[in-house]
Amino acid sequence: MIKDMLKLFISNKKALTGVIILIFFLTIAIFAPIIAPYGPKQSRDESGKFELRAEPSLKHPLGTSHAGYDLFSRLIYGTRLSLGVGISTGIITTFIALTLGLFSGYYGGVIDEIISFINNIFLVIPSLPLVIVVASYITIKGVLPIILVLSLTGWAWGTRVIRSQVLSVREREFVKVAEVLGEKPLIIVFREIFPNIISLVMATFFTSTIAAVIGEATLEFIGLGNLSTVTWGTMLYWAQNNAALLYNAWWWFLPPGLFIGLLGTSFALMNFAIDEISNPKIRKR
Amino acid sequence: MKYFLRRILWLIFAIFVALTINFILPRLMPGDPATILIQRLEGLEPSAIEAVRTAFGLETDKNIVIQYWDYLVNLAHGDLGISISHYPTPVWDVLKKALPWTIGLMGLSTIFSFVIGTFIGIGIAWKRKSKISDAILGLFLFIRSFPYFWFGLILVYFLAFNNPFFPLGGAHSTRLMPSDGWAYFKSVLYHGFLPGLTITISSMGYWILTIRNNMINVLAEDYITVAKAKGLSASRIRNLYAAKNAILPSISGFAMALGFVIGGSLLTEMVFSYPGVGFMLFQAVQQQDYPLLQAIFLFIILGVLFSNFIADIVIMLLDPRVRDGGSR
Amino acid sequence: MSDTILEIDHLTAGYETKMGDVLAVNDVSFDLKKGELIGIAGESGCGKSTLAYSIMNLLEDNGKIYSGEIRFSGKNMVDLSDKQIKNFRWKNMSMVFQSAMNALNPVMKISEQLIDALKAHEKKISDKEARKRAKEMLKLVDIQIDRLDAYPHQLSGGMKQRVMIAMAMILNPDLMIMDEPTTALDVVVQRNIIEKVEELRHEFNFSIIFITHDLSLLVEISDKLAIMYAGKILEIGPADRIYLNPLQPYTEGLMNSFPPLTGELEEMSGIAGKPPDLLNPPQGCPFYPRCDKRMDICQKTMPEFKEIEENHKVRCHLYTGGNNNE
Repeated sequence: MIKDMLKLFISNKKALTGVIILIFFLTIAIFAPIIAPYGPKQSRDESGKFELRAEPSLKHPLGTSHAGYDLFSRLIYGTRLSLGVGISTGIITTFIALTLGLFSGYYGGVIDEIISFINNIFLVIPSLPLVIVVASYITIKGVLPIILVLSLTGWAWGTRVIRSQVLSVREREFVKVAEVLGEKPLIIVFREIFPNIISLVMATFFTSTIAAVIGEATLEFIGLGNLSTVTWGTMLYWAQNNAALLYNAWWWFLPPGLFIGLLGTSFALMNFAIDEISNPKIRKR
Repeated sequence: MKYFLRRILWLIFAIFVALTINFILPRLMPGDPATILIQRLEGLEPSAIEAVRTAFGLETDKNIVIQYWDYLVNLAHGDLGISISHYPTPVWDVLKKALPWTIGLMGLSTIFSFVIGTFIGIGIAWKRKSKISDAILGLFLFIRSFPYFWFGLILVYFLAFNNPFFPLGGAHSTRLMPSDGWAYFKSVLYHGFLPGLTITISSMGYWILTIRNNMINVLAEDYITVAKAKGLSASRIRNLYAAKNAILPSISGFAMALGFVIGGSLLTEMVFSYPGVGFMLFQAVQQQDYPLLQAIFLFIILGVLFSNFIADIVIMLLDPRVRDGGSR
Repeated sequence: MSDTILEIDHLTAGYETKMGDVLAVNDVSFDLKKGELIGIAGESGCGKSTLAYSIMNLLEDNGKIYSGEIRFSGKNMVDLSDKQIKNFRWKNMSMVFQSAMNALNPVMKISEQLIDALKAHEKKISDKEARKRAKEMLKLVDIQIDRLDAYPHQLSGGMKQRVMIAMAMILNPDLMIMDEPTTALDVVVQRNIIEKVEELRHEFNFSIIFITHDLSLLVEISDKLAIMYAGKILEIGPADRIYLNPLQPYTEGLMNSFPPLTGELEEMSGIAGKPPDLLNPPQGCPFYPRCDKRMDICQKTMPEFKEIEENHKVRCHLYTGGNNNE
């Protein structure tokens, strides 16, 4: 069944485009040292110190920052953390949502009441303000706190959606049959219910990941993240704080945002394709 | 009627929970605002330190239940503490000035975004086969992937900086006052255009996608086929049979969508230096002004809860099944 | 002869898919006289609904009519433009859909749904007049008039189905197609509705195409009966003759699949096997793999219709003497 789904996925134009873009970014992230002409915090080379706030040139395709760092290299290197933080957060969030959604939906009763209650509270609270508040109380060293903060504030939507689906799958016949046959609940959960919610889990993953990428960038932009790291978000922070706009330095703030958008589009496309594949009503044929 | 009562009770309960969380949160976190302020105003005598502590309601020797009670009483009087970054202005006064700007900007933008987005979404779902529909869909998928604030930056760059069609920031021209009447009002609109545009365009994608999905599901229902068989006009089918049903889940999900819009508006204010709640939040974060931070957070939650409530009422008006006490 | 209201002439219709054409209706022909009720029986997936939708010209998206003619009062409907069909439909022929659960708009009052059908075809009718007609319709189907402004969810399953019938009758059509109208209802309600439909049919003299898999029901009410399998009609004739003398092995099997409510306990036999894949319809008789009276020729060629009794035709090699010639 998984092989069929993969085949369908790849033949879908939207999915294919999304995957290609993702591979593009993964390549950049993995091969950063080879692709980037300079190090991310390199402010000089053999010919001397780099010019500060330089305009794009052959030597510095995207110019340099206020500290003389080559912006093109920073963009390349930034991909690593942006993608890394995004995907790790996505995985953690999806895992939380999956676990809570599965157990809450399948077991019902008190467990469900408690989890749903907490879930509803987190759903109602807008994520950005919550992230800001929590992040402003903690001083952030390294990227782990960022991942944690984003995960802990982002699991709500996925949990609710997965729980709904589990509830409806649970009522279907093959699950009832398994129950009557006396299979242990845990086995039912993993063998009967799980395969039927995979597309939803994938969708949750994509949504969470891109939300995390944007979330990380936002945190950095406001100045709440870890500004000593190099990510697309920190680039935007420095751009804003050095009045890149006023200095007409479009090469500073345009590319990082563009990359975020491109990655987001890739995920949106893949998400869309999964929707089309799993929901026959949306499929055109 | 039962539905209505249930909704109000839930609202009251949620408000209480929000207030309580707001009370607990700062007491859980490391560091407290009083200490920070004290550090800032170097070299205070112990009695002064105590006074500051009291002003922030952080006397640690008082019983926590009494603190909670005091907190609630203070809230009832509109006492939200004193702002650090605007010391000694009370938090409530700071907020009072900022709230109208945010409510205006965000409120209007959200309404536009919802209305236009829903129209577009209904249209592209109805004419699903056309290339234009696909193009519009693709465009908004793309737009939706960008962070709000970046979008704002781009707009500022192209429309305010490079080509000064619009002002760079602020809510109105600094030379004008409300007493200037129409000129003031025009200036407000002029300054609000770009931030409003940012929020509208960035959040429109969500509405379009949601309603398109809902429409597609509804269009597969039997009653649509019956409507076609009956020979009804296309617009009647689209509006009264399809859209009227498709819009219901959209409104339900309004609360969650609002969360995104709020976040986005806050960021937009930051980019445009629009003196609303978001901008205040930005400053509060930078200056570690915890009382202000908490108060803003509280207001945001209250805002969401109320909007939620209103959305529930709207559904009650639109969906006869809910009116009769059915569950959603 | 001008008594014939509908002629289906070698109709072939189905769906275009990436993997090919699915011929859900394969060379189907029959006619229907005014006031007559023809029952169409068959398993799920045999093409009954596609037939209904084709006649009503309601095939969507990838559904299409490949060949054949549908003549209503002599006029071929297949070639009509969309606009012509929209005006024509519901006034001359209407449909009662399967499971009124989803066939009524949940956010619209019953009255509005009845009236807009009226107004779409009789543009000059006044609101008052339209409302009066709606009330009359409700009375006809035994629904209390005070329910006129109710919403669908406030009605029971049986009532909803009766509203559907009222809606189908409101323009006084000559033909009504009923696609499994009682399948989702319990037997008592089912009986009420069938009786009401019969009453109305005799009073207003419209024809009915009644589609269901419930053969025992059809035998009671049909004038004519057509047995459909894998998109083809295998046997067609007067209902009582088919009941007493089923010719096709499939028909026989169907008759035996339904236990009688009264009488002795008999041994039930179902029909083993599954219907064929309509994407690649077999060359010969589609029932071949499941037929216990099959012969070699059945696999190779599709038998032609042979009239065994008056108006009772069957497609089966048992009666063609091994060849398709008379």
